[in-house]
Amino acid sequence: MSEGKSARVLVVTSGKGGVGKTTSTAALGAALAHLGEKVVVVDFDVGLRNLDLMLGAERRVVFDLINVINGVAKLQQALIRDKRLENLYLLPASQTRDKEALTEEGVAKVIAELRTKFDWIVCDSPAGIERGATLAMRHADAAIIVTNPEVSSVRDSDRIIGLLDSKTEKAERGEYVEKHLLITRYHPWRAARGEMLSIEDVLEILSIPLLGIIPESEEVLRASNVGSPVTLNAALSPPARAYFEATRRLKGEDIPMHVPNESRGILNKLFGRKAA
Amino acid sequence: MNLLSMFRRGSAPLARERLQILLAHERDAFDQPDLLGILREEILAVISRHVSFDPEKVQITMDRGKTVSTLAVDIEIPNRRRSSGPMRPYTRLMFEADAATARSQWTNGLV
Repeated sequence: MSEGKSARVLVVTSGKGGVGKTTSTAALGAALAHLGEKVVVVDFDVGLRNLDLMLGAERRVVFDLINVINGVAKLQQALIRDKRLENLYLLPASQTRDKEALTEEGVAKVIAELRTKFDWIVCDSPAGIERGATLAMRHADAAIIVTNPEVSSVRDSDRIIGLLDSKTEKAERGEYVEKHLLITRYHPWRAARGEMLSIEDVLEILSIPLLGIIPESEEVLRASNVGSPVTLNAALSPPARAYFEATRRLKGEDIPMHVPNESRGILNKLFGRKAA
Repeated sequence: MNLLSMFRRGSAPLARERLQILLAHERDAFDQPDLLGILREEILAVISRHVSFDPEKVQITMDRGKTVSTLAVDIEIPNRRRSSGPMRPYTRLMFEADAATARSQWTNGLV
């Protein structure tokens, strides 16, 4: 592993569970690695790890983040290299220990060491606003707030934004923590019919910049079934394209936002209805 | 918003409206997370100068409404025992202040 790097630390967070944090961590991590960056994705969900499953690495976990913090294993022993992308690594969470084993000093030490070895450190936060979530965001340079266009998710995201502005190292130094909104599970037709909060609604309420809009898609479920990030498993599918665009925005590229729309034309729709 | 307009426009506008109201309140509350703690301490200090009470039996709650918020202070004060006749075991002091009163108190240096 080459030394002397200085990674950018991202936290993927949301407050609410089930909105797509782990899926997005895997998809963005793989996309960054695919674009040539050296990436480690770190699972902070101690006791309920799932990032290993999303990457298809669940049977290769030997040591984990807690082992490294406790000095049972060296960082190199715990890092798992992806089988498809040689630039992509996973630092798994412990499945057996409780989250109390995650100490502030331990996390600081591990992140500091990772910073010298990678271009990007992507921290997958657990749901909630407890210790695991605050430690996952603690050292972040930037946060990706994963939000579904739905009232409880937006409310929890608002709360998380408040925590990012008070509980992170950067905030405590009086610096600004960059925030990016990633809207997931977006149903274009529902938003068009006024059945789902629109992108504008969510943006107006949370008032942070938009990183991407990931449409609801069966490809996301299929990718998790086979243990491969959707950006690798179905790279040309609408959600994967949206993740790739978001990734390039993270890297600083200026790409126009593509709002997913219903791909079926009116004729198709009519035929579709007749067939159904 | 009546049912007819909800039907026509979908439920998203209602969701948006509810969120905007809710978050306006929650942001205030979290901006000053220890307001209730500060109020509690100072109110209790004043009361305890005149009567004795069990600090465990004090409830201070803030109810935030759309235009008016209510601050309720509920303190249980044990009565002194008297030799004759049954007595109510305690008296309750209750204060209620509407938002305007409370706010003028805070700006007058309580907070």
